[in-house]
Amino acid sequence: MDTAAGGRPAVMRRRMINVYPTRGVALFLAALPFLLLLLAYLAGSAARLADNPDDKLLPSFASIGAGFARMAFEADPRTGDVLLWVDTAASLARLLAGLAIATVMAGVFGIAIGLVPYVRTTFNGFVAVIAMIPPLAILPILFIIFGLGETSKVALIVIGVAPVVMRDMILRVDEMPRELMVKAQTLGASTWQIALRVVVPQMMPRLIDSVRLSLCSAWLFLIAAEAIASQSGLGYRIFLLRRYLAMDTILPYVAWITLLAFALDFALRRLQRKAFPWFAGRA
Amino acid sequence: MTAVSVKNVWKEYDGRIVLEQVSLEVEPHSFIALVGPSGCGKSTFLRMLLSAEMPTKGDILVEGERLPGEPTADRGVVFQRYSVFPHLTVLENVVLGKEFAASPFLGKLFGKAKKQAREEAAEILTAVGLGDFLNLYPSQLSGGMQQRLAIAQALIKRPKILLLDEPFGALDPGIRAEIHVLMLKLWRETKMTVFMVTHDLSEAFHLGTRVIAFDRPRNRPEERERYGATITHDLAVWPPKYPVSDTHIASGGTTRLLDELEALPGRPGVGH
Repeated sequence: MDTAAGGRPAVMRRRMINVYPTRGVALFLAALPFLLLLLAYLAGSAARLADNPDDKLLPSFASIGAGFARMAFEADPRTGDVLLWVDTAASLARLLAGLAIATVMAGVFGIAIGLVPYVRTTFNGFVAVIAMIPPLAILPILFIIFGLGETSKVALIVIGVAPVVMRDMILRVDEMPRELMVKAQTLGASTWQIALRVVVPQMMPRLIDSVRLSLCSAWLFLIAAEAIASQSGLGYRIFLLRRYLAMDTILPYVAWITLLAFALDFALRRLQRKAFPWFAGRA
Repeated sequence: MTAVSVKNVWKEYDGRIVLEQVSLEVEPHSFIALVGPSGCGKSTFLRMLLSAEMPTKGDILVEGERLPGEPTADRGVVFQRYSVFPHLTVLENVVLGKEFAASPFLGKLFGKAKKQAREEAAEILTAVGLGDFLNLYPSQLSGGMQQRLAIAQALIKRPKILLLDEPFGALDPGIRAEIHVLMLKLWRETKMTVFMVTHDLSEAFHLGTRVIAFDRPRNRPEERERYGATITHDLAVWPPKYPVSDTHIASGGTTRLLDELEALPGRPGVGH
């Protein structure tokens, strides 16, 4: 760059892969798709409402707000409950119970299968086959065995999530450099000590990653189970409201579910960074 | 002070012979440098000394005893990469060896025992020059510091044999020279028998008391399957490093070294 002549570097056209937006531009660009979606909705809603003030398909933001307020702040005349919070509590309890059981199972069995050849030979094929069963296909079986209560819904989440996370754990244990295993043995570690001090601590942050990725399917199974047989829960509510075409309530419910899912994902990411600082900093 | 005796060892993978007729007598407190072209089986040989792999035929004896079937604490190792545990700090990496021995169930020490183990580990870390970095994670260390850590980690078990698999291959020359000085010092002080695989001939002659070259005597494509590599050169390094026994010098000596050096393939100025 010739700075002597004009005191300014010569302008060079860089390749697109080397051009980055400034902070402000980045913020705007990130918000842009959301804004466009919002605008498109507003335009569509306004057009339909102009045509027919009773249109239910694309309600105005005012009626969505009213719908949300009705669910979130007013007691239901029939039950006396504030439905959004009751539904949220019921759904989160099922989701978290299912995820917790699935995570523990996947962690314990995944690491055992990945680490011990005899356990692997016995269970590896079995897990691979079980993981291929579409969980929703056995939902009727779960309803028959466990009844229509909480157990069958939690079980569906466990069955849907655990095998996938377990297989991921097996792969992650496989991925550990052989050198580390040999090194641990030359330090005198037993199998149990290797599992406890070497493998489990290294798998924990990876387990969190794996659970984060399966959050989406956990929600899917939860809402499916609630839609089919339940008296409460976010999934139950939106499927119930569908009968009344109550888009003004369904839409904020979907947004609320998305927010919850996002918050859960964010919390797990923060937990990972806080609890396993070595993981983020690794080369 | 540990003698190692390798008796007619062969290694095959699915009928493909990698090593054949490897026999070697190693005196206590030797520093053996293993050299040779890539794929000549020197790392395989090292892994057999470690019991990470088993010979197909033949025996490896340490002080007259056959090697156990898996790695044990009396043989330490430093690999080129992945030698230290990324989830433990520098200090924890070294304390770990103590904790495995003292706490079979939890693999963790508490209270006074913990304090003692940490003090001992800190001492060793100071000796390898990592005294100021006890609480960093390995990913925060440079390559040279990571290898120092790996050495310290192995040393806390006071191994009789230390196995080094191209430990300094990825380090830049200045760092490598420093770590060579450290390695020779530790070898003299601990009386370990050391085996080191290296690609670097000058490193081999600088550190080793004896340089062993592996190569394939028959290396035509059609021979490669059925003939493995074996020891083609066995050189005592002159001048002897303290404390090599007299017999070794008498049997080796300068003339033999120089003769065989001429025969080594592609020697880049062996200047030590």
